[in-house]
Amino acid sequence: MNRLLAFLAGLLFGFGLLLSGMANPAKVLAFLDLAGPWDPSLALVMVGAIATALPAFQLARRRDRSLLGAPMQLPARRSLDRRLVAGSLVFGVGWGLAGFCPGPALTVLLTGHGKVLVFVAFLLLGMGLFERLEASASHTSGGRR
Amino acid sequence: MTVDWSAFTPASALAGGVLIGLASGLFVLADGRVAGISGLLGSLLRPVRQWVGEKALFVLGLVLSPLVWSLWASPPAIEINTPWPLLALAGLLVGLGSRYGAGCTSGHGVCGLARLSLRSLVATVCFMATGFLTVFVVRHLLPEVIR
Repeated sequence: MNRLLAFLAGLLFGFGLLLSGMANPAKVLAFLDLAGPWDPSLALVMVGAIATALPAFQLARRRDRSLLGAPMQLPARRSLDRRLVAGSLVFGVGWGLAGFCPGPALTVLLTGHGKVLVFVAFLLLGMGLFERLEASASHTSGGRR
Repeated sequence: MTVDWSAFTPASALAGGVLIGLASGLFVLADGRVAGISGLLGSLLRPVRQWVGEKALFVLGLVLSPLVWSLWASPPAIEINTPWPLLALAGLLVGLGSRYGAGCTSGHGVCGLARLSLRSLVATVCFMATGFLTVFVVRHLLPEVIR
């Protein structure tokens, strides 16, 4: 049941990206282009998504287990560190270059647009590089930070 | 700033956002997990995979969604105008940045803000800022690169 619902949640998430226009890089870039002819649509995607998810997360915060009994695994970190800021700044540059972030890129992966394969290949390369750097950092410092 | 009203699609944007919010709510209430795509994808690249089932199935649902979608709706418009060398660079930056920043548009921008997390608010302000700035530089300071 957990797994079926995980699959359905992924499917629904993808439908949301497709319906909203968030899966279309040209529309994302039109939103990020404040100085051009600006398309504010994606601000409403954020509003709709956050407003709908808010009650679910407020309920989730008060529970140790999910409604199906799985452990509730919400992020525990509170610190505003350099990694959070630097990583997010770098992510934004990539997002602004392509108009793709990870969710939409995976959603578009099988739609036959060849260019998305290039983006996803390098996305995985970047993530793999992160894992390598983290592994070597924890070897030298003697533990994962 | 001039709003391009002809491109503005408030109804589908809001409805699509609601679906994204429902999917994130379903995932956290059923499986106890945050629907952060960079985190889910990154964890599948780790040598030690815990609870790989639910994470992998969420990602599978996402990847298959356009195929299921086109069973009863016309395929949505997808336009990728960025030249591929820039897409490659962008992919690398998105991969590295989202993992160092511990999240992307979904994990910080939707789920994190819905959790009222200060870390996610800071992350979202950061990536929105460089997203706006990058498009400004590419489109208005170096137009010949992209056009």
